[in-house]
Amino acid sequence: MRVSLSSSFRVGNDAEATLEVQAETIAQLMACLADRFPNLREVLSSDVAVSIDGQIYRDDWTQTIPSGAEVYLIPRIEGG
Amino acid sequence: MSKSTLVSTTVNGDAVEFACPADESLMTALRDRVGLTGVKEGCGTGDCGACSISLDGRLVCSCIVLGVEAEGRSIETVEGLSQNGVLHPLQQNFIDHAALQCGICTPGFLVAAKALLDRNPNPDESEIRYALAGNLCRCTGYDKIVRAVQATAKDMRKKGRS
Amino acid sequence: MAHDNSYVDKKFNVVGTRFNRPDGIDKVTGKARYGADASAPGQLVGKVLRSPHAHAQILKINTSKAEKLQGVKSIITFEDLPDLTGADQGMADILENCMARGRALYDGHAVAAVAAVDEQTAAKALKLIDVKYKKLPHVTDVDEAMLPTAPIIHDRIFTRGVEPKPTKPSNISSRTEMGNGDIEAGFAEADIIVEHSFKTEQTHQGYIEPHACLASVNPDGTAELWVTTQGHFVFRNVCAGLLGLDIAKLKVTSSEIGGGFGGKTHVWVEPVALALSRKANRPVKMVMSRDEVFRATGPTSSTSIDVKLGAKKNGRITAAIAELRYQGGAFPGNWAMLGCMTAFACYDIKNNKSIGWDVLVNRPKVTAYRAPSAPMAAFAVESAMDILAKELGMKAIDVRLKNVAREGTLAPYGPTYGPIGIEDTLKAVKAHPHMRAKLKPNQGRGVACGFWFNIGGQTSTDLNIGVDGTVNLAVGTVDVGGSRSSLAMIAAEELGIDYEDVKANIADTTSLGHNDMTEGSRGTFSSGMATIYAAREAIEVLKQRAAQTWGIPVEDVAWEAGHAVATGKGHGNLPKLSLREIAAKSGRTGGPIAGHNEVTADGAGMGFASHICDVEVDPETGRSTIVRYTVVQDAGKAINPDYVEGQFQGGATQGIGWALNEEYIYGDDGRLQNPGFLDYRIPVCSDLPFIDTKILEIPNPNHPYGVRGVGETSIVPPLAAVANAIANATGVRMGHAPMSPPRVLAALDALDAG
Repeated sequence: MRVSLSSSFRVGNDAEATLEVQAETIAQLMACLADRFPNLREVLSSDVAVSIDGQIYRDDWTQTIPSGAEVYLIPRIEGG
Repeated sequence: MSKSTLVSTTVNGDAVEFACPADESLMTALRDRVGLTGVKEGCGTGDCGACSISLDGRLVCSCIVLGVEAEGRSIETVEGLSQNGVLHPLQQNFIDHAALQCGICTPGFLVAAKALLDRNPNPDESEIRYALAGNLCRCTGYDKIVRAVQATAKDMRKKGRS
Repeated sequence: MAHDNSYVDKKFNVVGTRFNRPDGIDKVTGKARYGADASAPGQLVGKVLRSPHAHAQILKINTSKAEKLQGVKSIITFEDLPDLTGADQGMADILENCMARGRALYDGHAVAAVAAVDEQTAAKALKLIDVKYKKLPHVTDVDEAMLPTAPIIHDRIFTRGVEPKPTKPSNISSRTEMGNGDIEAGFAEADIIVEHSFKTEQTHQGYIEPHACLASVNPDGTAELWVTTQGHFVFRNVCAGLLGLDIAKLKVTSSEIGGGFGGKTHVWVEPVALALSRKANRPVKMVMSRDEVFRATGPTSSTSIDVKLGAKKNGRITAAIAELRYQGGAFPGNWAMLGCMTAFACYDIKNNKSIGWDVLVNRPKVTAYRAPSAPMAAFAVESAMDILAKELGMKAIDVRLKNVAREGTLAPYGPTYGPIGIEDTLKAVKAHPHMRAKLKPNQGRGVACGFWFNIGGQTSTDLNIGVDGTVNLAVGTVDVGGSRSSLAMIAAEELGIDYEDVKANIADTTSLGHNDMTEGSRGTFSSGMATIYAAREAIEVLKQRAAQTWGIPVEDVAWEAGHAVATGKGHGNLPKLSLREIAAKSGRTGGPIAGHNEVTADGAGMGFASHICDVEVDPETGRSTIVRYTVVQDAGKAINPDYVEGQFQGGATQGIGWALNEEYIYGDDGRLQNPGFLDYRIPVCSDLPFIDTKILEIPNPNHPYGVRGVGETSIVPPLAAVANAIANATGVRMGHAPMSPPRVLAALDALDAG
């Protein structure tokens, strides 16, 4: 699958805007990214959300990622 | 402990005595000593109207009246609005018109709206808005509150005629 | 049991109608119990001593005189709240915000606290605490705090998100960048370029109920907390973490909540009350004064924002860039980042970029306020849209429609939008009679759009059916806007029974699984989803009981309109069984009938709105009066339209207050000068007209009923709607909110002089 990183995650990580990753769930995606970008580990543990085909998943890391889905790593959102 | 003074009052038609220090507000005395927690504290400085009560028929913010000033006087609070188990038309219309969200300002609005309708049974929108301008609500934008008061005025006039 | 969250178009019986709220009678009779309305045997009164300085080193705290005062039962400082937060800097910040640790970081920062037998004694004791301060240089303005010469608030903070990694500490905690396309190429393509700078002042959520709680900690580590909060489960976890209590042993009960708007998502006085109670071994009640609420809780960021737009002559925007600077108070936040994510979200702009700077200043720790960070970004961008429209000679609404985001548009924060409602709200605005209402002299009309994400989160719900067929629904999301009514309606809808037969309650933390806060417009969305699933589980049990009663396979039983119906071949003559009949026999058919659901509700669906505002500006005084106001917003599906309208009207009014009057005013000494409702003026009844609403329903594909969050978006457009209306009324473009009479008058005078 391909995942795009919001530019705020790319600074200091030498990461491309879009990466090829082997992952079927959000949890697997997080593990892959943490392996590849150790600097991102802290951010990945609490400050991110994943958009799959335009729907934002903030919390449910069991969510499966359909093949061919548009996947974005974006900052985690809080509400009021 | 500060020294207390005994205060004799009428609250919602009943004789009530309480003892409070000379520097305690009537709001605190009603809440903490008489147990009428429908009198709400929003600011303690007379700016929000959540603690509105009627004191000898006059609408006041009970947070800027001293407890000892209530000696010999008659107090009405939100707890006294419904009579014989029936909600006051203002109370029913506030529910029916969804005129409350969090509800913390509601007792003060009801007391203030009753004071308005007691002296002016047929207020126009602007009169309602100015009469309630001393009561802050942060949830509703006042729209449904004004509508509930308008509906009550109409109901009460109808009832008065019948 | 797995549940499908996909939207299914169906006809509703209960949902979408208007029912009275179950808490209504308690709230109109004064019986409802809020944070300050609880008491416990032997309770003490707690009070906090706060820093009078914007920034100071705390050299010494001497409590010995206060301790000797008769009636004082416990006094705490930071030493009574040891740092147990480990490597969790976010929790460490919360702890330090609750009680200063060596340094006071803003005017109002808690320094010590007292519990005494009564209010008067506690107040007297505070005066006897002797604190030796050494004043330090301070900074309260966001732009000044970014200067290299500004006093540094935390020397542990180095700007994140910049290359190369900084070697010196800074008040800029992070830089965020977001966007799509090639911004330079976009501007090169443009026929017209407009640029403008904006400032917004700090505002407070302004809930009428101050923070209040009643805490009781026993020597064995069991504890109870009664508190006004947007999320008692989260408060439990945070307080347990800060005080070293076991989560299961801290029972938190949420009182009725007198407004929150984000400000009651954060702990302030609660850990202090628990620590005072632990030390005194007595219950401690704490109620903040309004002064304390303003000085030490809540507020949202003040900001400084630059926007530049480039467009073709036909109105198509080719490039947009915004630079957003948000202060988060004395602790790092991600508020500018949220501004970046929302700034251009309403539009389809091929080349767009947002740069955000999160900045620290000597002000209280910023907390979420209704669609946090979005209103300021929208003020800037939506004002710039009108400036652009004027340059283009086009109608402001047509420029928006020309560039509006649709399903398939790339959102500025990356992904492609699913079905969204912004275009529909703009079209509804264009067709609305408000747009044709006649304007009088000195009046002007403005339109603006707004976006908010909405969020889901962890949710747990219990549904228990009594033997008389009435239903208790226990939910864990605090009801801030009427959600008990909406959730009872959803349960009634699913079960096929009357709304009056369902009673929804907010359960305490010992009675239900974890629930996240009621924030991000999630209450009805996520608890609604969990309620649907819990009801569906209960229906499965009801069907089993019916099958058992009839002696037929459960596969042959269907649930229709509140009844079990035998559907299989040969069962045609079986009379249907009502929920009430099945419930009455439950004791003998297998015991209580219930449904439960624990879910992480994600996919809350974007919220979009467009507002129309008519304003009259008094040329003598600069005072602006709202003459007409209309909110158009996509709700996905309005469960109870009364409360959806209430959210629209309330949010719009908060935005109007921000636009016209509300602001934190700091003196040169760094102290807040207007911590009260007299000088911090929120809108009152006579300031406003009726606020018209139009609910659009573009279903959220990720909710069985199509529900989107509705609570927050309505605060986003008003600042710009008002600014655009003032511009059209006077010819003056106000770039600084609030657009208070002195600011408008100065701008009018400058226009006359110019």
